[in-house]
Formats: sequence, structure tokens, C-alpha cells
Amino acid sequence: MDYMKTKGRIFDIQRYSIHDGNGIRTIVFLKGCVLRCRWCCNPESQSFDIQTMKVLGKPKVIGEDVTVEEVMETVEKDRPYYRRTKGGLTLSGGESLCQPEFARDLLHAAKSAGISTAMESMACADYSVIETLLPYLDQYLMDIKHMNPEKHKEFTGKSNELMLENARKVAESGMTELSIRVPVIPTFNDTLEEMKAIAVYADSLPGVNRIHLLPYHRLGQDKYAGLNRPYLMGDFLPPTNEFMEELRTMVEAETSLVCQIGG
Amino acid sequence: MKKYNSTDIPKTDRITRLVDNLYAKMPEIESARAVLITESYKETEGLPVILRRAKAFEHILKNIPIIIRDEELIVGSSTIAPRGCQTFPEYSYEWLEEEFDTVEHRSADPFYIADQTKEEIKKADAYWKGKTNIELATSYMAPEAIKAMEHNMFTPGNYYYNGVGHVTVKYDEVMAIGFEGIAAKAQAELDSCNVGDADYATKSRFLQASIISCNAAIAYAQRYMVLAKQEADACKDPKRKEELLTIARNCGRVPAKGATTFYEAMQSFWFVQQLLQMESSGHSISPGRFDQFLYPYYKADRNAGILTREFAQELLDCFWVKLNDLNKCRDAASAEGFAGYSLFQNLIVGGQNEEGIDVTNDLSFMCIQASKHVFLPMPSLSIRVWNGSPHELLMKAADLTRTGIGLPAYYNDEVIIPSLMSRGLTLEEARNYNIIGCVEPQIYGKTNGWHDAAFFNMCRPLEMVFSNGMDKGEQISIQTGRVEDMKTFEEFFDAYKAQMKYQISLMVNADNAIDVAHGERVPLPFQSSMVDDCMKRGKTMEQGGAVHNFTGPQGFGIANVADSLYAIKQLVFDQKKFTLTQFKEVLALNYGSGFDRITASEMTVEIVKNLEAQGKHVSSDEIAKIISGVMNAKPSAEEQRLCDELKNAIDEIPKFGNDNDEVDAFAREAAYTYTKPLLDFHNPRGGQFQAGLYPVSANVPLGAQTGATPDGRLAHTPVADGVSPSAGKDVKGPTAAANSVAKLDHGIASNGTLFNQKFHPSALSGERGLDNFVNLIRAYFDQKGSHMQFNVVDRATLLDAQEHPEQYAHLVVRVAGYSALFTTLSKSLQDDIIRRTEQGF
Repeated sequence: MDYMKTKGRIFDIQRYSIHDGNGIRTIVFLKGCVLRCRWCCNPESQSFDIQTMKVLGKPKVIGEDVTVEEVMETVEKDRPYYRRTKGGLTLSGGESLCQPEFARDLLHAAKSAGISTAMESMACADYSVIETLLPYLDQYLMDIKHMNPEKHKEFTGKSNELMLENARKVAESGMTELSIRVPVIPTFNDTLEEMKAIAVYADSLPGVNRIHLLPYHRLGQDKYAGLNRPYLMGDFLPPTNEFMEELRTMVEAETSLVCQIGG
Repeated sequence: MKKYNSTDIPKTDRITRLVDNLYAKMPEIESARAVLITESYKETEGLPVILRRAKAFEHILKNIPIIIRDEELIVGSSTIAPRGCQTFPEYSYEWLEEEFDTVEHRSADPFYIADQTKEEIKKADAYWKGKTNIELATSYMAPEAIKAMEHNMFTPGNYYYNGVGHVTVKYDEVMAIGFEGIAAKAQAELDSCNVGDADYATKSRFLQASIISCNAAIAYAQRYMVLAKQEADACKDPKRKEELLTIARNCGRVPAKGATTFYEAMQSFWFVQQLLQMESSGHSISPGRFDQFLYPYYKADRNAGILTREFAQELLDCFWVKLNDLNKCRDAASAEGFAGYSLFQNLIVGGQNEEGIDVTNDLSFMCIQASKHVFLPMPSLSIRVWNGSPHELLMKAADLTRTGIGLPAYYNDEVIIPSLMSRGLTLEEARNYNIIGCVEPQIYGKTNGWHDAAFFNMCRPLEMVFSNGMDKGEQISIQTGRVEDMKTFEEFFDAYKAQMKYQISLMVNADNAIDVAHGERVPLPFQSSMVDDCMKRGKTMEQGGAVHNFTGPQGFGIANVADSLYAIKQLVFDQKKFTLTQFKEVLALNYGSGFDRITASEMTVEIVKNLEAQGKHVSSDEIAKIISGVMNAKPSAEEQRLCDELKNAIDEIPKFGNDNDEVDAFAREAAYTYTKPLLDFHNPRGGQFQAGLYPVSANVPLGAQTGATPDGRLAHTPVADGVSPSAGKDVKGPTAAANSVAKLDHGIASNGTLFNQKFHPSALSGERGLDNFVNLIRAYFDQKGSHMQFNVVDRATLLDAQEHPEQYAHLVVRVAGYSALFTTLSKSLQDDIIRRTEQGF
């Protein structure tokens, strides 16, 4: 069971998460990301380096090197809740694919222990890397943020071709339950046209029948100050409930997808 | 076909108006009962006490003013004022007279009292000097137990000042055969007695008293029949006139005879519920398995086509309103411990029957609906949960939970049934359990459980270890040696166990003294007529007539004791960073946080005592100087440094509630220091002591009587609530906290455990949220937790969390699909969330 010994870098484990996959879940946040989304609510996740962030005025070390076995010790603790709710382990980040062996082995360990798995990810890696994870992954919660490559690059630092292509490949593999998640960000993608384009693409992916619209929020704002970084989203307000409803209605009218607001 | 009809039934306007009228004014104290019982007692002085009790009950019910409130469908009110209360001078009265002028303005549960009422009560009370139950109880107590009470080691205040209550009687028997039937049973038992029997004297008098009481209840209902007829005659509104005539017919039939309809059954049930609380001032008179008791009547009427679901719901709603019409004035200190005018009338739905079959029915759902309609604290609604509970019942219950009303509480059959069997109940009895008051399980109609016998503060014996049994300059507990000399953790822990055991024995002494007094001075013939096996045994419940007898005092502060013991083991004996001497010094300095008024006055008392012991006279001027000296005293820089270092070190140590096996094992052991020794004690009714681990709201006032503890808790702040982790110390979310709590031994605390969790409403939003919530309960119960209840936080709580973040470190909120710990957010974002909290689901 060599996979239990694999090491990786995480910055948090959050138990009792109820909106990232089915049921009650434990989320393991892997450190390091390929994108630099302006609205990111976990800015401390972006750098792979271990950092110090001020939390409530006190410096806190962000990032810890752990083995799969150590992570599983915590994940195992909520097994009674997974059993009752069909919950399990969710990997998040950062982008989990930045640490592909560690991510794969965490998923492997969970599956071997009879715990269901999910991963939130942008699919921003070579498909050959993603492929190695799929046998251990029950649910893939994949972000598609925009269909326009330039605008994607402007707001996230990277173009979107690779991710869109990977979305299709993952869908075609039929190896995992794929759902698409779209952050709804003011001035970036919060128009009916831009959302429609994403939804139509998601609908064209074989086996995909759910899309989640995640309204922009500011709960990560304080962390930017803690990291001594400017918050680029300024005073933008979260989208209103009415607008989110409007988007949902549009998506369900234009596609065959079931659309859900929130995770 | 669906097994249950769980569809919502709309609330009628009548219910809205009944609730509005009930809460139109501050509750009021009335004098009628005090005056009537005194009149009766003056006339019966030579008689056996049991007959005096029955005759007094009869005199009260014949003469106390009665009223039918506007629009009500179920009648029977103990006071003319809505939510008013009568007084019970036979138990105790001095506290009330002392509080006459403050009771209207006190912070917890104020009552209005008219000047004329004060005069009337005072006049009646004069008779009771030297005749009350509290005086007799005190005379039976050991001096050291009285001393321990004075020093707040424990408080048996509940039954010391008041009646016992805490019972579920055979409501079903009254509904089936009426009080005529019960009186006939007493008569038959009497006829079967032989005048030569050894117990003839007492048994015959009890049975006579029982018959008098049953007839008094019948006569009381007849008064309502006459009143309803009179009001009907005068009523211009034809609809109300018809209602009043129906009420008159109902009261003419029940509770004298068996009920023939659902409506009559409800009216019969109500008279029992009300009159039990007229006979004695005990609270937690619990309706129990209401959905089971009433279902045969509901089903019969539905099958006969004479009852609509809507009318049945309206009757249930009316009954719920009536439960809130009953009230009780407690002394100021007790009122803080039981805040919220609560009478803890526990009503439970769902669960299995004697044969182990789930017996959830349509009424189970309608009872939850009634709580949603009426939206008042009573009844204390409870749900029995087991592996066979239907999911839809729990979903309906969770839908009530998320309204934020704090109801229902959830109970685990899988723990409670074996736990009760370990205390001598049969499997069939245990399966048929219901809850009394807060969390106390028992079998109805057979049990005198004395479930709320005392509050025992588990933090105080810890203080006694540090003081070697001294408190405020007096030796009030045993000497377990100087902490400065203790060499091992085991030595320290043994000292704690010894202090616990000694104080537990004193509490038992106090409880048993009170118990004996109840049997001698205030036996209850009416209540005992509805509990087995009083008639056969010829004894009231108070004298040991019930089949099952227990005394169940509650311990609390487990989390504080566990965290304290763990901190001491880690810092003193494992890491060797600090000494017990340093702990003692820092605790005395209250972690360098200064002394509040309570500490300052306690220290002053001690200083003055020492001075007087040396033969010095201390004037009041000098006392004032000492107090201000203590209040303004600042620790030296060196002391402050030690305080800060120790406090920081304690803060770094893992705490109970975070699913840490090592700490949680300490909590289990800490709980055993209370639950195990208690089992060795017995009460005068022939029953066993059994522990409860739940505090009602006493963790706040009793915390105010407790000095700083080694877990970092400051002096006089609240101690932990029930078996829950200390406020703000569980930072790993609800599943981690629940797992920690589940590691305690809930089965041995057969008088019940209480686990409170806080949620933001967003955690329960949507069908999925409810579903996850229900399964969180199920998964806690899979791990053998016993009870769970929830506060869904409201705006006020969040505002408080902004003010006192240290108390709310674990509060998870979710906005727009994202969870965060509330207290880690900036003020502006917190404000954002507070604004959103009011929004729906």
C-alpha cells in the first residue's frame, strides 16, 4: 500500500461540507494553482509555497506537508455521516491536478476504504495526467468559467482551450460522473449570452446533465489583506437572487441540463 | 399508497387570536389557591395528611374562579389572567414574600402581582409558618449537606421549594374509563381490604383520598359545563353558541366518563394535564406519547366520517395553546436556571411500540404541525428516532427545527431502550418509553423518577482539590492533600474523584431528606390515582407507591472538567512546563483578568473571617475598603507574565469537542466520576439513584458561582452546557463535535444526556439541506448518542457573536454556497450575513 505513504501539500481540511458533492463530505484543500482568478476566494491556495497569512491579526502558517495516510485519518472520522448521506471525500484547492500523484493516491486510498470520492477542478493539466485519476473518481465537479479564450486569459491568467478539450475527453471517457460548475462573476461572465454559451457547451458533453451556477461572493476578501495583496474585485456586489433565478430559467430553457444555484 | 398523510394543514385565524390574547399581558400571580388551601387546612387539622390533601384539592376545585377564554375549544384554566399562576404555600412561601416587590421587574420570568393579591397571599401564608415541606425537609438534612448547599456545591432547589411533578400518568385510562371508573377501581380495592390488614389504616385512607380527588375533578368539569351553558345562552353569535354548547356537552361527559370522540378525549386529557398542576407545583408534567394515546380516537372518528383533518388539527392547536396557558412562578435563582417560563411539558411522537414495531401515525405529523402553527415553547416537543423511523417524519421534524424555535428534540431509541432495561424495566416497558421534562426517559404510568433532583456542579469539586476542601474560609469538603505536594497525575485525579464522591454523598443526603418530607407532608392522592401500583400498594407515589422509583440529579460541566484534567496532565505531568502550584496561583488570580464583584466580595468575606478569627473587629467602613482594594488589585508584572504564559499554553492544548481520541477519553472518564458513584445510592422509596447529564439553563447561573477553572475558563463565566463541548472550543465543525460527544457513555446516564448544536439556517436550506441534517442526526445516533437538539441561529445570535467572538468560534455560516467560520470574517462581511439571515430557505 505504497500509495498511503505519498506526500503532498495541503492548506486545510474542512469537515461537514454539504455543498461540494453528494451528502456530508470532508474537503481536502490542496495547495498550488495554475490559474490566478481575480475573484478567487482562497488566494492562499494559489502559491505552492508555504506562506504566512494574517488571520484576525495573528500570523498563521498556510500549508502543511502530509502523507495520504495522515489525511485519511481525518477523512475516516466522518464515515458514519458518509454512510448515511452518500457523502465522502472531496478534493479541492487550488487545483488538485498540480499535485497529480498525491491527488490520485488520496482518491485511491478513499476508494479502497469504501469512501466515495469527488474532485473540484478546472481540468487544467495534460489529459494523460487526468486519466490517471479517473479510475478512483466518482464525481468530477469541473469548472468552466468562460467560452471566450481572450477573456478567460484576461481574468484568470490562462486561456481555456486545454480545459474545454479536457472536459470533453473526461465526459467521453464515461469513467466518472461529470457536472459543470460556473462561478458567476460580475463584469466577467454575468450576462445571459456568456452563460448561455457555457451552458450549451456543457449540454453538448456526453453524460453531463447537471450544471451549478455559483454566485460570486466576497468571503475571501479579508484574506487578501492578510496576504498583503490588493483585492482586485473592488466593490462589486454579489449577483442578486433574482438575477441568479433569471440565469437558471434561461439555462433550463436553452438546454436539457438541470441547473442548480449553489453547490 | 402513502403510509401517512403528512400534507400541511393551514392554520386557522382562531389560533392566531388565541395566541395573541394569551400573550397580551405580563403573566400575573393570583391568590385563590393559596387562600382556599389554607381555609381547608384550617378545618382538617386532626385528620391524616392524605385526607387533608384530598379535601384541600376538593375545596380548591369547588371554589376556585373559572373562566372560558374567548374562542377557545378546549377549556379549563387555572387562573383568570392568561398565563397566570397560583401559589403553593404548603411547599414554601418565604421566598415569594421576599420577592414580592422585585418579582415584577426581575430579568428572568417576571410576574405582575397586585397589591391586594400580596395581602391575600400574605394572610394565607401566615398559617404555614412551621408547616411547610421545605422546613420539614431541612430538618431532615445533615448539617454538612446544608453547608455544601450554602457553598453552591449543588442545588436541589427544584423539589426543595416546590412539588415534584416529573411524571406521565395514565392519561389513556382516564380517557377510557373516566374518573368514575378510576374511583370505582379505588372502591373495589378498598372493598377487598380487610380491616385487620397490617396496612389497612394507611391504605384505606389513601384509597378514600383517591375517591375524593376523582370526584373533585368530575365536579370541576361540571362547573365548566354549567358555565359553558350560561355563556351559550347569552351568546349572540350562532357559531360560537354552537361551540359553547358542544363544550358544555363535552364537560358534562368527561372526565367523569370515558371519551366517545376525539374531541372529548382531548378535553379529558386536558383536564388531567391542568389539574395535576393544580394539585402540586411540580413541573415537567409530561403528556408523553400523545400521538399514541389519541390515535385510537382519531382513527375511529375519521373512519366514522365525523371528524375532518382540519378540525382535528385545530383542536390540537388549541390544546398546544392551553399548554402555554399554565404557568409557574419560581424563586429568582431557580427562574434563571429554568428561564423562559417553561413548564417542560414534554410531548413525544414517533418511535416503536411494546412489540418493537414503529407506530408513527398521522397524528405524529399533526403534532409537529401544531408546534409550527402555535410557535410557542410548550409543549417541549420530542421525536423518537430509531432505525425504523420513517424518513418523512424526520423531514417534517427537521422542517420545524429550521424555523429556529429550538424544537423538536431528537431521542435515540437504540440507546435509551437498553439503558432503561439496565435499570430494571422490562423490554416491553422500555420500548414504550417517553421523555419527562428535558431529556429524562421512563415508562409512563408506573414511574416516580424524581428526574430533576438536583444540579450538581462538577467544577466545584475541582476547586476543592486546589483548596484542599476550603471555601470562603471554611472547611466544607474533605481534605485530599495539598496540590503543591501531588507528584503524579493519578494522585491529582484520585483527589478529584474523592472530592466528587464526598459531595455526591452530601447531595444524596439532601435529596433523600426532601424525598422523605414529600412523602410525609405533601402526598398527592389525585396524581397517585393515575400511577401504578399505588392503589394496590396503598401508598402514594411520594411514599413509594410507583412500580419504578428513581432519583435522577444532573451533573454538568463535563467539558470543563475534561479540558481541565487534560490541561493539567499535559502541562504539569507530561510536558512539565508548569507546576500545580503555579496553576493554583493563576486560578486564584483569575488568569490575571482582574476580579469581578462576586470574587471581590467572596475574598473580602474570607479576609474578614480571618481577621475576626484573630480577634479583630472589622467595621463596615473597613469592609468597603477591603472590597475596593481587592477590586482594584492588579497582579504584579511577574504574576501577569505567569498568567499569560499559562493561559496561552492552555489555549494551545486540544479541547473536548474536536474528535481527538485522547481528550475525548478524558471526557468519558470525567463523566464517570459522576455517573458511576451515584449508582451506589438509594432513595427512601426503594429506588436507585441514576445520573443525568444535562443542565437546563443552569450552566449560566451556576457558572456564576464557580471560580476560574484549569481549562482557561474565567471565574463566574458559564460552564459547559450538558454534554456539549465548552462554548467556542469545538472548532472542527458539527460532525467532529458530535463524534466527541458520542464517545461519552450515554447508556450509563440513564436519566438522560443533552447535546446542543448551533446551526445557521443555511445549513438546513432546501430539501438537500434537510436531508443532510436528518442524516447528521442519524449518524450521531448510529454512534450511540442519546439526544440532540438544535439552535438555529437568528439575527440576535449573530449580533452577539460579533460582540463576543470567543464564544462562537465554531459558528459556521454559509452564504451563496460557501461556508465560513463566522467569527473569522470582517465586520462588513458579518453585517452582510446578518442581513441575509432573515431571508427564507
